[in-house]
Amino acid sequence: MSESASASTQELERAALDSLAAAESESELEEWRIEYLGRRGVLSSRLRSVGALPVEERREAGASLNRLKNRLSNAFDEAAERASGSADRRSTDDGIDITLPGRRPNLGGLHPSEMMMREILEVFNDMGFQTVEGPIVELEKYNFDMLNVPPDHPARDLQDTLWIDRESKDRVLLRTQTSPMQVRTMEKQRPPVRIVSPGLCFRHEATDATHEWQFHQIEGLAVDEGVTMSDLKGTLYEFARRIFGTQRKIRFRCDYFPFVEPGVDVSVDWDGRWVEIMGAGMVHPKVLEGVGYDSSKYTGFAFGMGPERIAMLRYNIEDIRHFFSNDLRFLSQF
Amino acid sequence: MKVPLSWLREYVDVNIDVDELAHRLTMAGNEVDSIERFGHIENVVVGEVLHVSPHPNADRLRLVQVDDGDGVHEVVCGAPNVTEGQKIAYASIGAELFDAYSDEPGKTRKLRRSKIRGVESSGMVCSEKELGIGDDHDGILVLPKSSVIGTPIGDVLGDAVLDIELTPNRPDCLGVVGVARDVAALTGESLRMPTLEYEAGGPEVETLSKVTVVDGDLSPRYLGAVISGVKIGPSPSWLQERLLAIGERPINNIVDATNFVMFELGQPLHAFDYDKVADHHVIVRRAMKGEHLTTLDGVERKLDGDSLLISDPSGGIGLAGIMGGENTEISDTTVNIFLESANFNPQNNRRTAGMLGMRSEATLRFEKGLRAGLAEVGIKRCLRIIQLVAGGEIAPGLIDEWPGKGSEQEHVDLTRRDISRVMGVDYPSELVEATLRSLSFEIGSLDSGDSGDDGWRVSIPYWRSDISIPEDLVEELARIIGYDDLPATPLSGSVPRWEPGAKHAFRQKVIDALTAYGMKQTITYVAISDELEEKAPPPAPKSNGIRTVDGIKLDNPVSGQRATLRRSLRAPTLESAARNTRTWRGPVALFESGIVFGSQERDDDDPLPSQIERVTGVMTGPRNLSIWGSSEDDFDFFDAKGAVEHVLETLGLEAKFIPLEDSTYAQGGSAEVVTNDRKGTVLGSVGVVDDAIWERFDAESSAAVMFELDVEALYSLIGEKTRADNYAPYTRYPDSQRDLALVADSEMRVGDALRICTQNRLVKSASVFDVYEGGGLEEGKKSLGIRVTYQSDARTLTSEQVTRAEDQIVMRLERELGVTLRGQ
Repeated sequence: MSESASASTQELERAALDSLAAAESESELEEWRIEYLGRRGVLSSRLRSVGALPVEERREAGASLNRLKNRLSNAFDEAAERASGSADRRSTDDGIDITLPGRRPNLGGLHPSEMMMREILEVFNDMGFQTVEGPIVELEKYNFDMLNVPPDHPARDLQDTLWIDRESKDRVLLRTQTSPMQVRTMEKQRPPVRIVSPGLCFRHEATDATHEWQFHQIEGLAVDEGVTMSDLKGTLYEFARRIFGTQRKIRFRCDYFPFVEPGVDVSVDWDGRWVEIMGAGMVHPKVLEGVGYDSSKYTGFAFGMGPERIAMLRYNIEDIRHFFSNDLRFLSQF
Repeated sequence: MKVPLSWLREYVDVNIDVDELAHRLTMAGNEVDSIERFGHIENVVVGEVLHVSPHPNADRLRLVQVDDGDGVHEVVCGAPNVTEGQKIAYASIGAELFDAYSDEPGKTRKLRRSKIRGVESSGMVCSEKELGIGDDHDGILVLPKSSVIGTPIGDVLGDAVLDIELTPNRPDCLGVVGVARDVAALTGESLRMPTLEYEAGGPEVETLSKVTVVDGDLSPRYLGAVISGVKIGPSPSWLQERLLAIGERPINNIVDATNFVMFELGQPLHAFDYDKVADHHVIVRRAMKGEHLTTLDGVERKLDGDSLLISDPSGGIGLAGIMGGENTEISDTTVNIFLESANFNPQNNRRTAGMLGMRSEATLRFEKGLRAGLAEVGIKRCLRIIQLVAGGEIAPGLIDEWPGKGSEQEHVDLTRRDISRVMGVDYPSELVEATLRSLSFEIGSLDSGDSGDDGWRVSIPYWRSDISIPEDLVEELARIIGYDDLPATPLSGSVPRWEPGAKHAFRQKVIDALTAYGMKQTITYVAISDELEEKAPPPAPKSNGIRTVDGIKLDNPVSGQRATLRRSLRAPTLESAARNTRTWRGPVALFESGIVFGSQERDDDDPLPSQIERVTGVMTGPRNLSIWGSSEDDFDFFDAKGAVEHVLETLGLEAKFIPLEDSTYAQGGSAEVVTNDRKGTVLGSVGVVDDAIWERFDAESSAAVMFELDVEALYSLIGEKTRADNYAPYTRYPDSQRDLALVADSEMRVGDALRICTQNRLVKSASVFDVYEGGGLEEGKKSLGIRVTYQSDARTLTSEQVTRAEDQIVMRLERELGVTLRGQ
């Protein structure tokens, strides 16, 4: 038996820890491990010798040695970890400190509304809908009259208007929707028509977490022979699959918008609840006739949605007012 | 529109729960916004009294065995009227009941387990008062025999008020009967129309009163009736409760009766004090311009020549379809009544009400357009209710002035093809017919003509003013049948020819260039305050036809902060940047691509103002995040200039920067970006923001740089191409690079030196790799490092050729700019 083996447990522990502290290289550590914790090491032989003790002392002696073995084993693990850590550090002496942050240019970024609109427009562009744009300051006749909302029509209550000039002959307003582009497009173009029209819209509304007086809208229109409500459902179904995920379902319920008949409100299945995302419907024959289309020959569907609302749903944004606050704490997250 | 379930049940059985009812109504277009429940008490259910026995310790108490569907409970009960076999309201422990012994109204008390005279009572059999539905506490409330044991008490006694957000096309649902019709169609129940019968007596109505409709265009139908000898007083409780349940204040029995019928059928009515109508002669006419009328609310109204007035020979007595006149109001002393039920022109009604700021329950209905037939149903129903609640004798007959008779559309022809061309599916005929009948539409068959296009002739009922074309009927079918089973088909047919025109793709390219440059896109409000715009005024008028005169004002802005359409993006973008310096510890580099508004001198008479696309960018604060090894400097002029150059290069455009005078920029710190050609088209500007201006924005950074790009001008140079320049074959001959180390006067403009370099025909490009002023240099001098790349498209340049070219450049630099080689 070695000298240390005969020393008391306490002395043994001190000696072992001192020599562990002195071990620097991995090979020295390994030597230490074999000496103390190895199969033929000090602790193993001590434990084996417990059997020689009187029965009443065996239990206590064995337990105490086992505790010591655990302590030394832990101390070894820590020392080994330290040693390998300093190995990493050492290796940088002749290499690169790969933990230093990389050098990056400042990250620019699109506004979330723009980002959302691009995604949505791409879906419809892929289906043959072309992007068209129109004026923000718009004529009353395009925003309302030609969309089957004559003056003094109660449907005007649905969209409180910000007027630029109510007095002149051609009354001018901030458009309340991008739907005027339906009319402006059809005035210039014969069927088939497939357009999407993005842009800013405005309503005279009190602002809160879910209402803004300024917001974006994307209007869609398809007119041709044989366009049906089933096609509207199919088109929007595809939209929902791409924007909200392939498992999403959509639901139609009856709703009223003066420039469509029948009109529907479209909801998307969002984690088990139905969330309204847009209004839609079959283009009202009066709208088609108003631009000189033969409504007995052509049918069409139209839809309108708010990119901010869809972004709020997708990114879990709690307050619509963030969108135009232009706070980098918000913008930098997109 | 508030619809109490209890009121709805007068006209249709409701055998589904309230949430399901609300869901079906919503899906069919009558969106239920909220449901307010009354009389629902937790832990109170219908129970049956199985056995009654005397209380061992009290003569007036009894022990009652109650079955509540879950088990049998023994309850101590003091009510004299409890008997075996009754259905009662059983409250189990924990129920929150109204305290029958408290003077404080509405006070509740939680039911606890207790011993009453030594016997434990597990629950309670409730009185009306304890349930909060009445004042009776003399005995328990006995429920109908048909009540089902275990049903929550709210389902038996309670009420729910549906708040329906109606769409403007459905004035019929502004009456409970209208909603009941939808409910009947949606649940397969049948509608019970309220009775219109009443007893008439005395002299004929024509002998008592007279109506003259002068302006039939605004009053297509006007019905009148006379009731004599009514007794004015408060309405009976059933009528008051109906009105209170929908939030209406009861006034007196006559007014309440007219209101009740309006909320029941959707027809507004008005009662005049018959004896105060001069000559008992009602004249319906346009007001004279400037004519006055004091309405019921005591306000004197000034009318214009388009307001429709109800008058008598001496003057106005009511504003048609809006509000009655004070002079003929029903009062406590009223004995005889003239009742009006009319049809008024919706646009005129809405216009007048809007002008006077008097949108009332009546205009809410009239403005949506009602059919003339409803006026007749309404007046008959109202006469019945008045007779019921105020007595009196109704003169036989009705005055019925109907100048618009025959002008209403009576039916719509619906073909099978109409359905399939709109919906994309065929509905079976039986389903079509059953659905239309469930909505109480009368249908007949269309003669099968040559087309073989079978269909139906559908009469437009008096309550539906929104049905006029086949598509309207298709919607009726779709909303009742539901959209769930409608197939989802992809669009077929040809994809339209692509039409150019949108600047959309071009703009995206500009935006992408700026985000790639490390800038964040912002979007600000198009309307701002004059104060904000004045902080950084729009650039001065230019020769390109855009006059930035005063900003365009909104007639009705949402606030003073949003009152004027912006003429430039300068102030909004500077404001966004400044605001961020207070909260963001890093580079603030923002831009907006948006529309600015101005007036443009044009030859045509386009009534719209000019709406021009601009891009404005602002950079302020540190150029980089604090990152090791990178500059800790703030953004300066050359960052903004770099952004502009980056955009121009992306678009394949070349431009020069020439000194600019612009008050937003610091004196001598800005440049105008113009095309290199002779026209010198202005593309934008770049510069250091003037200190005084930047201070106005209250930023935490000391300086800012800004640039502006005229997207319209850029677009006009590029059009539908994606780049301005063309591809040129690159040369296959090697280049050679030589560095020039130069010393120049500090004022020498580096651009001039670069131009001299690149003007040499052997020079491909020249770049500045170092600029230095300070130690080791003579005062007033700077050193300059220019790397010149020589290359020929025709041959490999010899070292002699390059040296000769270099010598030429050095000579010119010295001669024209006084620049010398360093060390000479």
